[in-house]
Amino acid sequence: MNQPLLEIKNLQAGVENKQILKGINLTINAGEVHAVMGPNGSGKSTLAAILAGRDGYDITGGTVLFRGQDLLEMDPEVRAREGVFLAFQYPVEIPGVNSTYFLKAALNEVRKHRGLPELDALEFLQVVKDKMKLLELNEDLLKRPVNAGFSGGEKKRNEIFQMAVLEPALAILDETDSGLDIDALKIVATGVNRLKRPDSAQLVITHYQRLLDYIIPDFVHVLYNGQIVRTGGKELALELEEKGYDWIIQPHAAA
Amino acid sequence: MSTATDTIEEFVNKEYQYGFVTDVETDTIKPGLSEDVVRLISAKKNEPPFMLEWRLKAYRHWLTLKEPTWQQAHYPPIDYQASIYYAAPKPKKVLGSLDEVDPELLKTFDKLGISLNEQKRLTGVAVDAVVDSVSVATTFSKELAKHGVIFCSFSEAVQKHPELIEKYLGSVVPYTDNFFAALNSAVFSDGSFCYIPKGVRCPMELSTYFRINTANTGQFERTLIVAEEGAYVSYLEGCTAPMRDENQLHAAVVELIALGTKTEIKYSTVQNWYPGDKNGKGGIYNFVTKRGKCLGASSKISWTQVETGSAITWKYPSVLLQGDNSVGEFYSVALTNNYQQADTGTKMIHIGKNTRSTIISKGISAGRGQNSYRGQVKILKSASGARNFSQCDSLLVGDKCGAHTFPYIEVKNTSSQVEHEASTSKIGEDQIFYCNQRGIATQDAVNMIVNGFCKEVFRELPMEFAVEAQKLLGVSLEGSVG
Repeated sequence: MNQPLLEIKNLQAGVENKQILKGINLTINAGEVHAVMGPNGSGKSTLAAILAGRDGYDITGGTVLFRGQDLLEMDPEVRAREGVFLAFQYPVEIPGVNSTYFLKAALNEVRKHRGLPELDALEFLQVVKDKMKLLELNEDLLKRPVNAGFSGGEKKRNEIFQMAVLEPALAILDETDSGLDIDALKIVATGVNRLKRPDSAQLVITHYQRLLDYIIPDFVHVLYNGQIVRTGGKELALELEEKGYDWIIQPHAAA
Repeated sequence: MSTATDTIEEFVNKEYQYGFVTDVETDTIKPGLSEDVVRLISAKKNEPPFMLEWRLKAYRHWLTLKEPTWQQAHYPPIDYQASIYYAAPKPKKVLGSLDEVDPELLKTFDKLGISLNEQKRLTGVAVDAVVDSVSVATTFSKELAKHGVIFCSFSEAVQKHPELIEKYLGSVVPYTDNFFAALNSAVFSDGSFCYIPKGVRCPMELSTYFRINTANTGQFERTLIVAEEGAYVSYLEGCTAPMRDENQLHAAVVELIALGTKTEIKYSTVQNWYPGDKNGKGGIYNFVTKRGKCLGASSKISWTQVETGSAITWKYPSVLLQGDNSVGEFYSVALTNNYQQADTGTKMIHIGKNTRSTIISKGISAGRGQNSYRGQVKILKSASGARNFSQCDSLLVGDKCGAHTFPYIEVKNTSSQVEHEASTSKIGEDQIFYCNQRGIATQDAVNMIVNGFCKEVFRELPMEFAVEAQKLLGVSLEGSVG
């Protein structure tokens, strides 16, 4: 059980001819919460997208192992079934597709992959009811099409709700705090904290320190210009809040 | 980019499942069309003189017409002299029950999943199976007869109920209506007839499966449904045809008549004829005239169609709303991929007071498919208080297909209301990726989105048809949880 959950080594990637990630090294063990912070354009969302398997990026170097397997070789749906979950920065609307149906299909794909029996409608509803309370979500949302007509806050809470239902091994939260008011932020953070398990990990990507008042990270990484330029404990986030990014990135910008 | 493209490729490359030819002896006449052929068809069917007269008038009128070219479809000119206008499977003896039906034919139905034996035992669906041009088996006729419902092949109706045929044939779609209706009137070989007497609620869904089976055979079906005052009937039409290289012309006519007060006719179609191969070779030309007439006050005619097959579809199920407070509905899903072309829609003609119509059209284009909605809403001066609501949505899969909308609205009465909504959307890579990230494979994601897009129409289909329709779209069943 000493194998890390996620092991990123010297990951280099970009779009067309533009290099975005310039050698990322990051190891996440089960039970840990990691925060990746950094100014706009530093490559945070690119890192999330590449881990989830979004198309359109050229991976030019490095490796990513998930529980010892080559993550980059897997199709995005296989990564999801293996337990990699991305809470989207901008959750996508899918008109016409009922939220409950969508999530039941997703959960059953994950269960099939893990050799568990599929849940029927009644069993699924029971799972859903328990998890909805966690996120203080209105049950009506489940009767509506996926994210269609949801408010910004509802979309973000719905992402965490899906995470609660799917119980991933690695949850990547891509700027989940953006666009949330303080009350919604607390609800989301509480939800995320309750979902912590000794056998799973969370990678929280954020621009602001605010979210980390509620989700306490074990490690904070500062991403700048496609590289992790500093790693520290939760106090690093507070320092960043106080001093901004300049004091860290200055030497790298000069170099 | 590539995941979405892969899906489209898969969609496009899906082989036609029903491509097989039943080996049955067929009674076929030589190709070509003339007055003699019309006479021969009438004679072969042992028709009364009024039928021959009507066919000949239709044929002569057809000669004066030109094939229409206004539709949004492109195909080489059709040689009407190269088609065979009559083909009937030779029965080995006179058929009394299903056991006597040619086992080859029964096997065909088994392959299609619509075995008559099964149908007979199961859900209470009466099946009038039309293979090529002649009805082979009719089931449940006794049960229907108890209620006074007549449901039989058109040929049988001509023999047994000539007075009804003479009275109603062509009363909704006259042979002068259009080029293909005239052609059908001259040479139609068989079809279905249905009569529901006053006040009778037809005890089962009536269903016909059509199948084009003889190579190079133009098939000209004719369906006539007459419902008296207060009667109700739900009629299902499903179509599959085996794989053929030649383009086959199919020009059917369907006439619905709701005679009295509160009469209701519901007509549902699932059509998955051979669409041609992925290069656009072969496939059925489906040029159909379907129309209903609401004569009685508060009567209702409802068309629901799921069109997934044929190389070219040209079809506008329409309703003439003559009785006051009568209701017309049109619910449609049309899917085109590869080189398929569909030009389909409806006409709602409001004549009576407070008449209402609803049009919900869902067009899905994939591959290089072209999908056109063409609809007419016409409100005459007499139709005070008339209302129409139209909604036309198009969904594009990939970037080589096309969607077109041609709504014609003509309002001559100031107290009427007409609403038209239209939308075009595309299955986005973002949507696909979002589904992938939740563990749902791309093909399933596309099916899910397409199915969701069509939900409003599927809801209108009778249960067993809704399932077939969803299967046809290659869609996983969308549960009604929540």
